[in-house]
Amino acid sequence: MTDTVLPGAAAGAQNRERVRKSLTRRHRNETLFRWAGILSIAAALGFVAILFGMILSKGLPSFWQSTVHFEAYFDPELIQGGPRPERADFASPADHQQAVNTWQRAVTMSNWNKIVETGLREAAPDFEIESRDLLELVTSAGRFQLRDIYFADPEVLGQTVPVSILASANTDNWLKGTIDRSQPDERQQLAATTRALADQFEENGTISFDFAWHIFTNVDSRSAPATAGLAGAFMGSLYMMIVVIVLAVPIGVASAVYLEEFAPKNRLTDLIEVNINNLAAVPSIVFGLLGAAVFINYFGLPRSAPLVGGLVLTLMTLPTIIIATRAALRAVPPSLRQAALGLGASHNQTVFHHVLPMTYPGVLTATIIGVAQALGETAPLLLIGMSAFIANIPAGPLDSATALPVQIYLWQGNENRNFFEARTSAAIIVLLGLMLLLNAIAIFLRSRLEKRA
Amino acid sequence: MNALVIAALLLVLLTVSYQVGWSRSRKLADGKDTRLHSRPIYHGALAALFALLPAIVILGLWALFSQSVTNSFILAQLPAEVAQQQPFEVQAAVSRVQAIASGYGVIGEPTPMETAAASAYASFQQLSFLGVIAAAAALGAVGLFWAQRRIAPRLRARTEVEIFVRLALIACSTVAILTTLGIVLSLLSDALRFFSFISPLDFFFGTTWNPRFQSTGSGSAGEYGLLPLLWGTVMISIIAMLVAVPIGLMSAIYLSQYAHARVRSVVKPIIEILAGIPTIVYGFFALVTVGPFLSGLGDVIGINIRATSALTAGVVMGIMIIPFISSLSDDILGQVPRTMRDGSLGLGATQSETIRKVLLPAALPGVVGAVLLAVSRAIGETMIVVLAAGNSPVLRANPAEPTSTVTVSIVNQLTGDADFTSPQSLVAFALGLTLFAMTLLLNVLALYIVRKFREQYE
Repeated sequence: MTDTVLPGAAAGAQNRERVRKSLTRRHRNETLFRWAGILSIAAALGFVAILFGMILSKGLPSFWQSTVHFEAYFDPELIQGGPRPERADFASPADHQQAVNTWQRAVTMSNWNKIVETGLREAAPDFEIESRDLLELVTSAGRFQLRDIYFADPEVLGQTVPVSILASANTDNWLKGTIDRSQPDERQQLAATTRALADQFEENGTISFDFAWHIFTNVDSRSAPATAGLAGAFMGSLYMMIVVIVLAVPIGVASAVYLEEFAPKNRLTDLIEVNINNLAAVPSIVFGLLGAAVFINYFGLPRSAPLVGGLVLTLMTLPTIIIATRAALRAVPPSLRQAALGLGASHNQTVFHHVLPMTYPGVLTATIIGVAQALGETAPLLLIGMSAFIANIPAGPLDSATALPVQIYLWQGNENRNFFEARTSAAIIVLLGLMLLLNAIAIFLRSRLEKRA
Repeated sequence: MNALVIAALLLVLLTVSYQVGWSRSRKLADGKDTRLHSRPIYHGALAALFALLPAIVILGLWALFSQSVTNSFILAQLPAEVAQQQPFEVQAAVSRVQAIASGYGVIGEPTPMETAAASAYASFQQLSFLGVIAAAAALGAVGLFWAQRRIAPRLRARTEVEIFVRLALIACSTVAILTTLGIVLSLLSDALRFFSFISPLDFFFGTTWNPRFQSTGSGSAGEYGLLPLLWGTVMISIIAMLVAVPIGLMSAIYLSQYAHARVRSVVKPIIEILAGIPTIVYGFFALVTVGPFLSGLGDVIGINIRATSALTAGVVMGIMIIPFISSLSDDILGQVPRTMRDGSLGLGATQSETIRKVLLPAALPGVVGAVLLAVSRAIGETMIVVLAAGNSPVLRANPAEPTSTVTVSIVNQLTGDADFTSPQSLVAFALGLTLFAMTLLLNVLALYIVRKFREQYE
């Protein structure tokens, strides 16, 4: 309070000067603070943009994959096994099936590589290249593709048929430039002649970039990485989500209804409440340990099975659903309950006929959010053996399977980084697309249900 | 086939008993002057419960015990010396018989003894299945008979059904408790088995993490010092908080105090997208984009930063946690009474002064709680560190070097052919127990602080 001691106008001017100075400083601080806020938001938005930009720019090209189109001659001299056994020649369907199997084995043993090679040479008549280098151009699954054409229609024997076979992963890298094209020969995956042929093919249209439907229809493949797809992982995830929905929704809603509408307030229900809140924050990997110790080791359920994955994810999703359903129940006006009780409905009837239907939009949203969360979870699945390489589509929830996020984990670790970085990004796009779809459905359904209510 | 038969049995029991209960109770009231206590649907439901529950109990018992019963049956068929072998040999013999009985065949020629046991087993299997189905059906019928004898106008069917519903609800809410119990018990028992190999002192205070590959017969079990992993976890969490807390808090402040409502309604959901992205995607992002970027940046300013390092993992984890911090701080700032803010502004403070000197101090406990929750999430995070931290469990102070965490080691020790008996895989449970205890402590503390904070302003 020294300033009050100074008398007169001089003191007033001095004060005004001090206030003016401090105001400048304070306003400067205000601007700085505001800019700090704007910069933080910009940083957060920037991270979103960079993340999605990276994924999209890397992943989208992977959906268009170099495919070789050429005329394949199904040479009767090369294809063994003779004509396909006719059903009429055999006494029982089992005998016929056995003969067909023998025939298919014989056909498979034919020199399909030779057919591929001849076809490719036809497409580039004047090109000098060794057989081995030539075959490097197309995926090693190409020969099975030709064989399957023959299986489906044995009439093609002796004919020339236009076929489309995926180029190998290395060819795809070379043509897309995901491998450094200026690297010297010894650092390249393909021989110089193969690379030159690939370029020539791309120029004359023999190789074109076609939409890679096989990403959605094929399973993972190690021997022919170009044909690796997500179908197996997708089915694994689907089974797990079915298990999660079938178990987590009824159990979650039932416990929420009990805790919110029926439970007496005592130590036990307090304990359950604290417990649910804590369970929601337990790291997901701990649920994986629980699954490994209890479901696999103690109950002897099979490893890698979507059923076990689904059970683990159910336990993880339960708290989300319980907490959201309780919030929805709490939002139902008490007048509704009082009206129902007043008209003579029993406690159960009040809850199940009047209160619970009001919460459907909330429960639905919580379910979809929970499922979306479970869909993206990876760590617990690694512990219950779902990271094994599975080369077929699981037929049921007890078959070995992998899941979409685990497939992403497996692909990012593949040795052919140049090819699989893009493929991993493509898998991420599929996963994020599914999650986006789920959330869009949640928003849509909620707005419709709320309108009706 | 078996599942279909069981489903058909249950379905038939359900329909028949419901119909019986429903129609009999209606007949009681039909055209007479009696009034039923409960509506016919409750009588139907009660009859269905009486018929189905015993059948389901029988089937459940069978599901639980059929395996051990068949095992002992097969052993009884085989000569006595088989049963005296090692447990795994016994199991192999039993599965051999089962494989022969299933018709898929086995490696090598089955002995006559095995063939005989297999055919006995096959008929036993069939008989026991038929027996169980018959028992379930019979018990269901008895239950139904009893239920329909009880049907009377004064029977309080609705009350009984409601009691059953209540019990079912209680059973569902115990699942959450059982989960926690399961976590604690399984972690504890396997961790204790691990501590029978390695002393807890060596585990909690050891400074070397070198579990060795598990190979039968090798004398050395490896070294299991927790400290390098713990330090890696803490270091990465600190880096993540250094990224997430300023950005998250400042964006929450800006969005709630400065931004126009329209800006807020657009920006907030976009930031929250970050919370919905699976962690494996962040891991890939760290590996492919952030790691190389940081190491390039290090080259420019002359520091050697490895592409997979504590720094990379921490930065990306921080990005992941931004929406967590920002939405929690948003809630907490919103709970500070408006009068405090208005009072400060009315006394002439600028907006930033109000925020820094009034709002934030008032909201501080809540913000601390939010940060603690975020820390607990950071130390439990797995996929980002698995991909981006470099997996090098060595005690180092430099964040630009690779490191490893508790979660990474759990994944490393339990993927592969773990057989749950060697210390190499059991250590994962000891690590899991440590992780669980740490996160539980942080959560309880954080929830306590947040609750205290709420009470303060209510």
